[in-house]
Amino acid sequence: MNVESEIRQEEPKVAVDVSSIRSDSTDDSEQTGESPISIEVNDLSLFYGEAQALNQINLRVPQKKVTAFIGPSGCGKSTLLRCFNRMNDLINTVRITGKIKLLGEDIFDPAVNVALLRRRVGMVFQKPNPFPKSIYDNVAYGLRIQGSYSKTVLDEAVEKALKASALWEEVKDRLNESALGLSGGQQQRLVIARAIAIEPEVLLLDEPASALDPISTLKIEELIFELKKDYTIVIVTHNMQQAARVSDYTAFMYLGDLVEFGDTKNLFTTPEKKQTEDYITGRYG
Amino acid sequence: MERKRQTFREWLRGGDPGIWLTAGTVSFSLIMVFGLLFLIMVEGMGHFWPKSLVRFQMLDATVSDRFRLGEMVDRETVTADQVRSSGIEVADGQELVDRTLLKTGNRDVDGFDFYWFLDDHVQSRDFPLEVFTAEREEWGNFYGTALGIEQDGKAITVPENGLWPEINIRLERKASIKKRIKQIEKKEMGGVNYRLERLRLRLRKLELASVSLSDTRYSEIKLERNELDTLYASLSGELSALYKKIDRDVLVAETINGNLLRLPFSTLVNAFQPNKMSLFDKVSHYFMKMAEFILDEPREANTEGGVFPAIFGTVMMVLLMSVIVTPFGVIAAIYLHEYAYQGKVTRIIRIAVNNLAGVPSIVYGVFGLGFFVYIVGGSIDKLLFPALLPAPTFGTPGLLWSSLTLALLTVPVVIVATEEGLSRIPKNIREGSLALGATKAETLWRTVLPMATPAMITGLILAVARAAGEVAPLMMVGVVKLAPSLPLDGNFPYLHLDQKFMHLGFHIYDVGFQSPNVEAARPLVYATSLLLIVIIVVLNLTAIVVRNRLRDKYDGIDT
Repeated sequence: MNVESEIRQEEPKVAVDVSSIRSDSTDDSEQTGESPISIEVNDLSLFYGEAQALNQINLRVPQKKVTAFIGPSGCGKSTLLRCFNRMNDLINTVRITGKIKLLGEDIFDPAVNVALLRRRVGMVFQKPNPFPKSIYDNVAYGLRIQGSYSKTVLDEAVEKALKASALWEEVKDRLNESALGLSGGQQQRLVIARAIAIEPEVLLLDEPASALDPISTLKIEELIFELKKDYTIVIVTHNMQQAARVSDYTAFMYLGDLVEFGDTKNLFTTPEKKQTEDYITGRYG
Repeated sequence: MERKRQTFREWLRGGDPGIWLTAGTVSFSLIMVFGLLFLIMVEGMGHFWPKSLVRFQMLDATVSDRFRLGEMVDRETVTADQVRSSGIEVADGQELVDRTLLKTGNRDVDGFDFYWFLDDHVQSRDFPLEVFTAEREEWGNFYGTALGIEQDGKAITVPENGLWPEINIRLERKASIKKRIKQIEKKEMGGVNYRLERLRLRLRKLELASVSLSDTRYSEIKLERNELDTLYASLSGELSALYKKIDRDVLVAETINGNLLRLPFSTLVNAFQPNKMSLFDKVSHYFMKMAEFILDEPREANTEGGVFPAIFGTVMMVLLMSVIVTPFGVIAAIYLHEYAYQGKVTRIIRIAVNNLAGVPSIVYGVFGLGFFVYIVGGSIDKLLFPALLPAPTFGTPGLLWSSLTLALLTVPVVIVATEEGLSRIPKNIREGSLALGATKAETLWRTVLPMATPAMITGLILAVARAAGEVAPLMMVGVVKLAPSLPLDGNFPYLHLDQKFMHLGFHIYDVGFQSPNVEAARPLVYATSLLLIVIIVVLNLTAIVVRNRLRDKYDGIDT
């Protein structure tokens, strides 16, 4: 695959301010210009029991941009993503050191309400996981948990979320049918609609298109491009072309280390580290 | 030789013996199940068919027992030695003899109502048209010929269209009076008695609280009691008038050997001439008898009549048990699976729960009697019903304790099934809910539990199947041979949890093995067994339909 041509193809769409970030993992320099920091990761290490999965990660995720995590399987990119909404809390043996700040707030602070944090940091998983409920109830799920909204408020929110996830036209006549009747791609967009219905600040996408066919994948990618106007998006992907197409910034991870982080275009065209170059040119991984 | 061995080996390696073994086992099980059902069905369903009456003319008999009339029940061939050993003479050189079991009825005349007759002793057999069968409330069936009707002691002239239309009219009259009597005795007098009993309790409470005799409440009670007493007196007046009315008619009949018998209509349940019945008559009689079996109360030490109280008791007890066991088992399973730390202790608890399911049911019966009845029930009586003591209210076996004991017996099944259902819910569904900001409890309530309901209902199905067939523990904690009233009636609090009740399983045992008249009871054992199976199947099917509806809802979920 010719990565460069892919990027060129996307160039008119993805207009990125290339100068704003040139960082490596230890760069502490101030963020300038239009991209304030959404998530700040400092010296984050994570252990599953004795095994270390993340090693001293330092990272700044800019707001309202798409940041992609790439790397070979088992490099810790999903684990890192799941730290941002503390999904790793569900695993008993996990131990974490270091800090993650969401808009300056430490998310590991014992005073933090995890449920509230997860409302601010939405997540979409690799496999579409709609609840066995109607399409409407799926989208309204998060809002209903937050409290009793009136029917009109819910209706509006559901419509807005479905429109934002480009699903409205396809499902508006069958909102009360089971979500399990949708196709895989539709289900994944429904899950995205469900996540953005509660208007989070950050949207975490864990390989959102890896279980989908090419056309559905394209739709998801277009959707990501639309959504970044309103949301900070962090996406984990195996697919380097996808990372190149949709993201503004890319982090390359390898064996629990953050090898390189930078502007997507630069990282793919002129990687600083040899490891990164080897990976994106397909020499391993 | 060498080649043959090789093919045998190949046959073994191909897995053919395995297929034959497994398929054979399945077929054997199926044959057993269907054979059992078939036997029960044939024996049980045949009971309601009106059987023709056969008349045997005996060889070498005195005039008084020249003829034998009855229903053919069974025929068999036995060895002559067996017959000889019971004191009956058989011609020398004869190896085998055929004999017939005849239900001759007329227990009040002959002493027994079943007789074996050797075919060699029977001169001829025929089916006389005019004979009739009378089902009676006492002494079993009567078989004979109707001669006439007496009204108030005087014989009436036989109408032109024959005796039988007149008999049927009078049977109907009797039935309507009987219905009224039953209504007064069960409902109206029962209600008055119930209110009197409550008055007595109020009085006793006042006495226990040593309220002074001048208190106005005493006079209130007295006034009310007087009212009830008048009501009772008028009811019993009506009742004795009805009893007089019902005794008006008497059916005069003779046995096949000419013994004259006077059968008061009030003692007759039914009378019909089976040998004159057309097929249509027989079919309608069949369904009438079946309805009687299902809807009526038992008579004659449970060997005649219906089993309605037993059906009612069984269903009531199973429903009550379901209401208790489902929430209890589900809640326990939720804690074990969702909240408990999955360590050694939880594992031990799980093993213990599984082993509980293997404890013999009679042990639960003993536990239920000792703990529920005597300790819990006794304490309830002391605290809530001191006025009734020393007569126990809850401190005696009853419906509630039976349901609780069976709930205890079946709770492991529900726990295991629910836990399995919970563990089958895909992790990504839970994560999806948590990622939307739901807490663990919210996730559980809104997503996990609804999805686990089919599994819970599976647990309930298994519990019901086990509980409905359980008899041994119930004999200790609440089942009786004959309950005077249903546990559900029109008197407050409508559902009487403290009452004893009848149960189909125990009914089978009682009719089959404790009955004074085994031959008469035998078809009833089959019919009752069939009914019990049908009820269990119906209860299970209901639950299965509900579960499948729910399952359809969650179909297509990606695990």
